[in-house]
Amino acid sequence: MSEPSKPQGRKFQLPEHLKIYKNVWVIVEQERGIVHSVSLELLGEARKLADKLGVEVGAVVLGAESPDLNRICGDAIGYGADIVYKVTDPALADYRTDPYCRVMTDVVNTHKPEIVLLGATTLGRDLAGAIATTLATGLTADCTELDIYADNRSLAATRPTFGGTLLCTIQTLAYRPQMATVRPRVMAMPERDDARIGRVIEIQPDLREEDIVTKVLNFIADREQNEAQLAFADIIVSAGKGLGKVENMKLVFDLAKILGAEVGVTRPLVQAGWATNDRQVGQTGKTVRPKLYIAAGISGAIQHRVGMEKSDLILAINTDPNATIFDFAHLGLVGDALKILPALTDAFGRRLSVNRMAG
Amino acid sequence: MHIVVCIKQVPDSAQIRIHPVTNTIMRQGVPAIINPFDLFSLEEALRLKDKVGARVTVLTMGPPMAETSLRKALSLGADDAVLLTDRKFAGSDTLATSYALTSAIQKLSEEDPVDIVFCGKQTVDGDTAQVGPGIATRLGFEQLTYITRIEDLNTASKEIVVQRRSEGGVQVLKTKLPCMITMLEGTNTIRFGKMDDLFRAARYELKTWSRDFTGAEEGRVGLKGSPTVVSKVFVPKPRAEKAKMIVADADTPDAMAAAAIDAIFAAQPKLAGDLLARAAAGL
Repeated sequence: MSEPSKPQGRKFQLPEHLKIYKNVWVIVEQERGIVHSVSLELLGEARKLADKLGVEVGAVVLGAESPDLNRICGDAIGYGADIVYKVTDPALADYRTDPYCRVMTDVVNTHKPEIVLLGATTLGRDLAGAIATTLATGLTADCTELDIYADNRSLAATRPTFGGTLLCTIQTLAYRPQMATVRPRVMAMPERDDARIGRVIEIQPDLREEDIVTKVLNFIADREQNEAQLAFADIIVSAGKGLGKVENMKLVFDLAKILGAEVGVTRPLVQAGWATNDRQVGQTGKTVRPKLYIAAGISGAIQHRVGMEKSDLILAINTDPNATIFDFAHLGLVGDALKILPALTDAFGRRLSVNRMAG
Repeated sequence: MHIVVCIKQVPDSAQIRIHPVTNTIMRQGVPAIINPFDLFSLEEALRLKDKVGARVTVLTMGPPMAETSLRKALSLGADDAVLLTDRKFAGSDTLATSYALTSAIQKLSEEDPVDIVFCGKQTVDGDTAQVGPGIATRLGFEQLTYITRIEDLNTASKEIVVQRRSEGGVQVLKTKLPCMITMLEGTNTIRFGKMDDLFRAARYELKTWSRDFTGAEEGRVGLKGSPTVVSKVFVPKPRAEKAKMIVADADTPDAMAAAAIDAIFAAQPKLAGDLLARAAAGL
């Protein structure tokens, strides 16, 4: 457990009526029968928190009744839930803020969890901001670490702050539940355990479609991905300001092509218009955990670091031997990325093609 | 049609530096700007004004210096500006902030009912994306976040059709006013101000509102009204071991590249196998 909490001299005393709030919940995000991976990652994290507190993990699955939804309830148990609250209504088929918020507010007020976690996705952030307001409680966005304070059993939610230059730990005072969102890929994916057992509590909120103002006219699925698939790439070659000019981005794309890798960039490059924001790695971009992350001309600002430090292997190339990135990269190469990138492309090309001929 | 655009003055985070000795933020000399995400919402509001006719009021909560951001918004074409400022608001978290801003929007509505509230998708300093949904929930407005396009706005029937970014696709939503909208970045480009707006902005008499004026309860704003508290601010610990520096046989790019690949494959033998298998498959 974490060190004792010191909320800046403010007294922390949980009133009696809030002590009945128990268990750690994850609101499982599903759209059209597909579970967002962040929800499973959060179940793993909820399991750890619940074990520290000695309580149970609850998963809330919302949607219209369907075989997919039952499968998702089973998945939730396999990934760590003890109780699944299966909330079904035809009006919950598509995500809409109002019915989801109303239903979640009721379910939380009825079952009283002490912690509620959501993915920091478009759905999770939209819903979390609304529920925290109806419940009048604290919500911490985009956490990178969650822990429990030993002295008062409250949630220690750590997140980058000031545009990712520092980290801060936030706790919720005498309000329950404590809410937090976590971005995809920040937490490790737990192993699924098919032997796990759990119970399913069915909830039918009995919504009336005519009471819901917003209607979904259409859903246009993304075409087979023009966008960069950074979050799940095995290898990423990333570029920072050290590349000097936009023309040099070609060097990064060349190396990425040889490796079958995705290209990532730092925030300044997106701001300078060198790359689209779907390639941005960092606090305001994507969080990644590839097997290999090659950082070329990246100084290592915290804003970037929090998005990639969980990579299995980080190779940093920078002309400045004192660059911050060498503090947390695994391998460092002091040199000019503009010269080393093409050399790496050639060398990888040679090694891999030799093998092809041999094979 | 009355549109309120909530903006926030933020330090230009690209220019924030950390003091190397004290590990504190060095705010001195960091220029203050309108939160970049707010500009997409401001532009969309101004486009609605051009298209269907509307009064656009910009609203910000912050210290007196936030006036410059309001004047900037006026110079781009906003009609009115309200600065919500009070020492009592200091230390507000997102819940208290959305409460304070809501009290000001309700005040504005008394005089001219508000049909649409625009907020930025998130701020660049707080990055929470919570204040917009907080305002929508408090006002009971329909909540439309991550909007990529406003397809249609019918002022007679008060109906609006929008495209909303969601995971894996775009939702087309039809709803009724009043609503709260946050625009996704990159959906439009903020205009250049006209010369007469620039002059008007300089002369404009700003509305400066206090907590008392909007009627926000004292216990629900500032530190008192904030459920969350920052218990610790810190610089992340450096990893116990720093990077292992790769030493090449010669000081040439080729030698360095060769040494780097050897080091990668030594550290991740499985990765080497994967790459070779992939190459062998001719991918």
